[in-house]
Amino acid sequence: MSGTLGLSEDERTRAPEGLTSRKVVVCFDHVTKIFDEAPAVDDLNLEIHEGEFFSLLGPSGCGKTTSLRMLGGFEEPTSGRLLLGGDDVTYQAPYRRDVNTVFQSYALFPHLDVFENVAFGLRRQKISRAQIKSKVSEMLEIVDLPNFERRRPSQLSGGQQQRVALARALVNEPTLLLLDEPMSALDAKLRRQMQVELKRIQARVGITFLYVTHDQEEAMTMSDRLAVMRHGKIEGIGSPKDVYDSPSTEFVATFLGASNLLAGTVTGTEGSCSLVRLSDGTTLRVPTSRTPQGVGAIKVGVRPEKISLVESGVEASNVTNVLTGQVRVSTFTGVGNQYLVATPAGVEVTVYAQNIGHGVVPRSGDQVTLTWPVEHTFAVVPMSGAELEEQVDEGEL
Amino acid sequence: MEQSVPAHHSRSVKPPRHRGLWAKRLAPYLLSLPAGLWLALLFLVPLFLMLSETLKSCSPASGVCTMTWNWGELPHTVNLYRTQFITSLLFALFATVIDLVISFPIAYWIAFYGGRRKNFFLIMLLVPFFVSFVIRTLVWEFILSDNGFLFSFLHHHHLVPAGFHVLGTSVAVVAGLAYNYLPFTALPLYVAIERIDHRVLDAAHDLYANRRVAFMKVILPLTIPGIFAAFLLTFIPAFGDYINQEILGGTSNTMIGTVIQNSFLVNADYPAGSSLSVVLLAISLIGIFAYARVLGSRTIEEYL
Repeated sequence: MSGTLGLSEDERTRAPEGLTSRKVVVCFDHVTKIFDEAPAVDDLNLEIHEGEFFSLLGPSGCGKTTSLRMLGGFEEPTSGRLLLGGDDVTYQAPYRRDVNTVFQSYALFPHLDVFENVAFGLRRQKISRAQIKSKVSEMLEIVDLPNFERRRPSQLSGGQQQRVALARALVNEPTLLLLDEPMSALDAKLRRQMQVELKRIQARVGITFLYVTHDQEEAMTMSDRLAVMRHGKIEGIGSPKDVYDSPSTEFVATFLGASNLLAGTVTGTEGSCSLVRLSDGTTLRVPTSRTPQGVGAIKVGVRPEKISLVESGVEASNVTNVLTGQVRVSTFTGVGNQYLVATPAGVEVTVYAQNIGHGVVPRSGDQVTLTWPVEHTFAVVPMSGAELEEQVDEGEL
Repeated sequence: MEQSVPAHHSRSVKPPRHRGLWAKRLAPYLLSLPAGLWLALLFLVPLFLMLSETLKSCSPASGVCTMTWNWGELPHTVNLYRTQFITSLLFALFATVIDLVISFPIAYWIAFYGGRRKNFFLIMLLVPFFVSFVIRTLVWEFILSDNGFLFSFLHHHHLVPAGFHVLGTSVAVVAGLAYNYLPFTALPLYVAIERIDHRVLDAAHDLYANRRVAFMKVILPLTIPGIFAAFLLTFIPAFGDYINQEILGGTSNTMIGTVIQNSFLVNADYPAGSSLSVVLLAISLIGIFAYARVLGSRTIEEYL
């Protein structure tokens, strides 16, 4: 995959401000893991920096959990090297690694109370009883569970169990904390609350977090940087904003948020823009920096919320793209209106308009003009037919 | 006035219909009647007969027993057969410990590494026990007998000293007990280990516990209810067993089960046999109460 290693070359892979200068804590060096002859992780290259909140995002079976388990030491790579703080840990036993994990099911010790669960890792090290006591109490304070020391895991709610799992891992002050879909057992409301909480705790303890999830909203909310994985490879990496605004592949464009994708052909360039002709003859402009080079057939993408609806009279220019169409469906969603607009190119374009009381509010059947700034346009190489079908299957999961 | 309208048709609040209410209240008792009768007839009645038998005295001449309220029979028999009680206790204890040591790795392996073949391995473990208890023990007698194929072979090749034998010794009895009660140990252990979430083992390794520490601090504590259940299920029947001693043992290592059997069937000394049975029952009950006390009665239900 291009764009996964070259941190200095590719803008998309650059860490947010201040992070580039920090040292690399985790390095996947051509890591491959094969299960039953099928690669779960395929030649993965990835660097994570100190203090970063990094998310691995992808559908089930994309290799994100396997990557995490290899870092934890629960799986051995078939080939490649894993570096942790500069040391090769590829074949190191999990109990020797300076890494702790928050497991998907929490995996709390049912026979131990909250205090002993949290103290478990400390007791394996040469730490005095008094110190253990103060560290555990302090950590339970941080995760907002004081006075829960003597409860059993079975007496706790899902959210509380998750906090214990977090405290149990963090109290050891590891170089790296692995989180394997820790929110998947929580309901939506608690999940949002815990997202904020987790971000707060990470800021407070300053430990590098590697977060694995299939929830794109969760990944975008919390991460400093994220990587979208598919078939054991990274398809897009960068800050949530970068990956969202200029997705590198069609898969990333559709997995991370919603995208309108219109098939077209590159016909030339004009200034800093590439010109793309759609099947009905309309020409759209895409910043050349976001256009895949060396391919004729591409897909032009624009996010539904970037599009404005106007009645007519707007002309395409070198800063504005324009499409016309007929409103098929208009849905009021409270925070806004969602429109499905049929375009002459044969593609239905989704538009979100915020409910802020101005702009046109067309009804089904109305002819409308769609405009959006060229700078919010991106282009990707289309997926093959087989890949598209597969994606539909994944979408149903 | 009583209306013959189905309940959901009446709009106003009405007192519940009496017949329905009675039926509802009686249903649990009616449903438990067969089991209750079973328990009363085949457990409580014999138990009381046995208890009352201990208080009778028999005339050795006529063999007729009469109720004499002789409480002395209990301590008397315990005292008389103290050796046999101790022998039984030791044999059962050895057999149970041997079973625990043998079963733990088997149960652990099936539970953790059995994969999809778990049930197959369990059945393999149980297949020998589909054969009747007595026949299995007789086969052991055949194997261990002095002129059986095993010892003929060993003696022929001078692999054991002349006169070496196992049949008729305590070793044979303990081995027979251990063999016959193995499933009673292996199954509860398997159930206990199988229900351990494998991810807690990952978590233990993640928290700097090596394999030994993870076993001692996580696996073993989580298996303790199963170990206790296995211990009781093996120890109690082995304690009262008489078949193994009868078939594989000699004359010097009589177990209490043999004494009880002889009291009833050979000597027709019902008070003595009953007294010994009552003591045996009491020891077993103490074990179960200790278990309930330490681990809570709910875990008993889960394993038995």
